[in-house]
Amino acid sequence: MQKKLNQKAWFLVLPVFLLVAFSAIIPLMTVVNYSVQDSFGNNEFYWVGTEWFVEILNSERFHSALGRQLLFSGIILVIEIPLGIWIALRMPKKGWGASLCLVLMALPLLIPWNVVGTIWQIFARADIGLLGHTLASLGIDYNYTQSAFSAWFTVIIMDVWHWTSLVVLLCYAGLSSIPNAFYQAAKIDGASRWAVFRYIQFPKMKRVLMIAVLLRFMDSFMIYTEPFVVTGGGPGNATTFLSIDLVKMAIGQFDLGPAAAFSLVYFLIVLLMSWVFYTVMTASDAEANK
Amino acid sequence: MAEIHLKDMAHSYLQNPQEPEDYALKGLDHVWEDGGAYALLGPSGCGKTTLLNIISGLLTPSKGSVLFGGSDVTALDTAHRNIAQVFQFPVIYDTMTVRQNLEFPLKNRGMAAADIDARVTEIADMLDITSQLNKRASNLSADAKQIISLGRGLVRSDVNAILFDEPLTVIDPHKKWLLRSKLKELHQQFGFTMVYVTHDQTEALTFADKVVVMYGGEVVQIGTPEELFERPAHTFVGYFIGSPGMNILPAHVEGRTAMLGDMQIPLGCDYGTPKGKIEIGIRPEFLKLTTGTDAAIEGIEDLGRHKIARVKFAGHSLAVLVPESQPVALGPTGLAFDPACTLVYKDSHLCEGAV
Repeated sequence: MQKKLNQKAWFLVLPVFLLVAFSAIIPLMTVVNYSVQDSFGNNEFYWVGTEWFVEILNSERFHSALGRQLLFSGIILVIEIPLGIWIALRMPKKGWGASLCLVLMALPLLIPWNVVGTIWQIFARADIGLLGHTLASLGIDYNYTQSAFSAWFTVIIMDVWHWTSLVVLLCYAGLSSIPNAFYQAAKIDGASRWAVFRYIQFPKMKRVLMIAVLLRFMDSFMIYTEPFVVTGGGPGNATTFLSIDLVKMAIGQFDLGPAAAFSLVYFLIVLLMSWVFYTVMTASDAEANK
Repeated sequence: MAEIHLKDMAHSYLQNPQEPEDYALKGLDHVWEDGGAYALLGPSGCGKTTLLNIISGLLTPSKGSVLFGGSDVTALDTAHRNIAQVFQFPVIYDTMTVRQNLEFPLKNRGMAAADIDARVTEIADMLDITSQLNKRASNLSADAKQIISLGRGLVRSDVNAILFDEPLTVIDPHKKWLLRSKLKELHQQFGFTMVYVTHDQTEALTFADKVVVMYGGEVVQIGTPEELFERPAHTFVGYFIGSPGMNILPAHVEGRTAMLGDMQIPLGCDYGTPKGKIEIGIRPEFLKLTTGTDAAIEGIEDLGRHKIARVKFAGHSLAVLVPESQPVALGPTGLAFDPACTLVYKDSHLCEGAV
């Protein structure tokens, strides 16, 4: 039977297409538009081609912000992922203790970013903050407004406090999906604590762990609000991460063209890194299914 | 290999058990012979798995002790009991190959690499999985995975007993049969003590030398399949085993006669005048339809090989097994009881009569 060609079905896709167009495609294309033009106000634009991209990719400022950003994401992943796994392994599996732990774990996740920033901004202040003042009175030279190390320390501790819970909850979900028989079999096989983790818990956690790593990488790579509230990117440029730098450029200096090019490069880096993480972490699974 | 002795053992999941109902297992005292194949049979929640977990050392009984070959192992943990267990759902180490799975228990016990290799090769050969040794275990089918879990138990030469906790639940029906014959064959070859938990009577009866029937936390009968069929020690065994189960009817017994309303049924032995809750039990296989009018056929189920007639007799409904060749029709009929196979139960337990 000859199939009748019917193009009317395209209309069914139209609402979604419009929604995506207005929420993602059109704004993105606007940015693309800015990135290849220069403007002196008055709504007058001049074609500059790839000039802004070349400028951004060669700029010292971008390189150092990118370096800081990579360092920051690297540090928080190295801390939060093992810490999250460790806490999840030690959380009670049932009873009121389990519920209490889950609520406590979820609390930091419920606090808005700028409030987290404000809490830590005050908490870590060397003159009145509980943490800052205690450290200072112990004779430790701690002041996040003056020392770059203190600022980094504060921003990292804040992020670990805010987001380790997410890793914990994801790992905990992965762990609770393991049937009891696996632990019993491991006991019978005489497996050590480490072997139980290595051969039972870790393989079962791997999928959720991948999501945890991706989420934490993307979020930390795009971090803006908390360091902006606490340090404002300072002292100097010590905690000026990519997004803070981008906002300074776009809104502070109103350099729309370079900022747009910056945004696109930034976006592509996040995309590329996420792809790399995903590929590396699923490589062993793909091999197994061959 | 060793015999298993459960000595005055009881278990409760509560801290301070008071009433008999608080116990998941109520007073067991049994010796299971070395090299025997035992099936634990009973409905869900009767304490089968509790008993199995006590034997494997995953649970410590609240009272009494467990002895393997004469030595008390109650306080030993699972790893030191030399027990292997196959679970309901296949437990394999996903990231390992089949070979690594089999090596795992030996490696954990610090065996030399050459010995491990020899042992694994030997066991793989016995289980017919030599060709799969280098495959990833996670890609295998459920029955192959169960074979590997069994293999992890068999590679250890020190195993006292292998426990099976409903191991065929997730296996396809036609593979079930293959796996079951494989298990039987291995049992004959190795002679390990085998304890097999199931709620499927066919599985239990075809598999075990001795079937341990459990009900409400108690062992109600330990016997060969034949004993369970012909002389159930408890009314529960009567209707749990057999398809359909035994007909159990409340009756009044005097000497060699049971009175069922105003019907008289001859018995094979003299029971005197027992007191308590008296019931008679007869299997559908030992009832015959005759030419009479004191009973009525209310329904007929044709099962192919034979027919089951539902017969109303003295106010009770009974199942009667009718040979396929005998014609049956709804309506009045006579019913003959085989006296030798009509058993008397007092408070649910079998009464022994004088011949």
